[in-house]
Amino acid sequence: MSKILILAQHDGSSINQGTSKAVTAAQQIQGASIDLVVFADDVSTIATKASKLAGVNTVHAVTTSNENWKLAQGIAPKIAELSANYSHVFGPSTTFGKDVMPCVAALLGQNQISDIMQVIDATTFKRPIYAGNAVISVSSNHDKIVATIRTASFKTGDMTSGSANIENHSIENTQTDTKFISLQAGNSERPDLQTAPKVISGGRGIGSEENFELMYKLADKIGAATGASRAAVDAGYCPNEMQVGQTGKIIAPDLYMSFGISGAIQHLTGIKDAGTIVAINKDADAPIYEVADIGLVGDLFKIVPELMEKL
Amino acid sequence: MKILVAIKRVVDFNVRVQVKPDGSGVATDGVKMSINPFDEIAIEEALRIKEAGKADEIVVVTIGVNDAQQQLRTALAMGADRAILVESESEIQSLKAAHSLLHIVEKEQPGLVIMGKQAIDDDNNQTPQMLATLWKRPQATFVSKLEINEDKALATREIDAGLETIEIKLPALVSTDLRLNEPRFVKLPDIMKAKRKPLDVINIDETVAGFDDKELSIENYESPQPRQKGVMVDSVDELVAALKEKGLV
Repeated sequence: MSKILILAQHDGSSINQGTSKAVTAAQQIQGASIDLVVFADDVSTIATKASKLAGVNTVHAVTTSNENWKLAQGIAPKIAELSANYSHVFGPSTTFGKDVMPCVAALLGQNQISDIMQVIDATTFKRPIYAGNAVISVSSNHDKIVATIRTASFKTGDMTSGSANIENHSIENTQTDTKFISLQAGNSERPDLQTAPKVISGGRGIGSEENFELMYKLADKIGAATGASRAAVDAGYCPNEMQVGQTGKIIAPDLYMSFGISGAIQHLTGIKDAGTIVAINKDADAPIYEVADIGLVGDLFKIVPELMEKL
Repeated sequence: MKILVAIKRVVDFNVRVQVKPDGSGVATDGVKMSINPFDEIAIEEALRIKEAGKADEIVVVTIGVNDAQQQLRTALAMGADRAILVESESEIQSLKAAHSLLHIVEKEQPGLVIMGKQAIDDDNNQTPQMLATLWKRPQATFVSKLEINEDKALATREIDAGLETIEIKLPALVSTDLRLNEPRFVKLPDIMKAKRKPLDVINIDETVAGFDDKELSIENYESPQPRQKGVMVDSVDELVAALKEKGLV
């Protein structure tokens, strides 16, 4: 039988939905028994929230110090230690999971299966490579499987009605070579890009940081999160956490509306799980139209104001 | 301080790779090969640290086929001082790469290791973290700003929530994100000069003695599911109508 330990991600106050998506993926392994591990300096409140995720039996609540719960070197050894009784160790494929999980894999002497997009059975999984231009089936016949779960490929499950047991742990030797200094967080008033059902996204065609206000206004009008192509972030039109694509965020909203984005393959891989993709670009030959469900060719500076009026 | 930069030879980012019809892999014959873009950023960062007087030698290393010497020569032309090719005819997975690089790290004793956060071929995003772990030194992944202050470094990381700053004690490992810098172009005279810079070749077996590899098996390659063909509309009114019909607005 599969015993699966999942690394829970949180921001100090709530559990990241990526955790729930990892639980959803784990539940697709037949007969799996699922536990979580959560780290925090003051762990009890967040552990209680973790215990509400339906389908979880036990939450290992680990008390850390000096904000070590934010640091891969601060928590990876404990995850590796706890994994002794498990067949699988999963983490969400967020920047947090991507930072920590390979450390766990190295401590366990395993290769990691990154970005699982489909569970075939307990030991075989599908994952994308080459910016999603190919999909491979990977299997492991070793004693432990360490993996990250591509969050855009799995649904958020029930995060409120669970009743897992909480088991308390602590870390004896706190590392001091890596220290958390600060977090400059992005705009928190709009919906979270990774979980929002609607996303308004701008590219190089937006032309400037000032013009990007158009995207924010349209997003606020329909209650959407905002995203961007790499070109827009590189040009300084908007902050890095808005980047969607191979090396940014992989998202799966119900509606993705892109403005002035040509659609490089690296960007398309970040949106191809979206329900409906709308493309608005002045270049009718832009590759974004190859994946768009609805395309409109024209000047976005005329189209956006008209959309604001008619939506 | 010595900086070790680890790079990978990959299919150029402009190439749209295709899965072979028999599902045995992707077609890479005759396609353009380049330094992994994130690794180019790693080389550039090392050069800037050296130019700021905070490092005195840059060693660039790769694991790969003999032809990967081309990518090492490019790194030398950019300004690295010497290169090491760990030759492997067969493709290896992340953990073996990390063990092999650990061997080089132990031999070279760098104060800083810089590498790209992920290779754009297998998109694994693992080797830097694995190497830091095996080396038992701090890691700063996905770095967009790096400041070296004697025996410490301040690293700004691009994370989902925004920009996180951490302090790491050197020696340490840094993995690069896109906005750390813009790599320089190589000039022709530098390409000529690079031909005379030292490039050592060693076999991978010499670097992974005693390592028990637990390879994952890759069973099949397939093309991604294509999206269904969409429709083009001619006006904002039609667009709004289409969105309303789908219940999206």
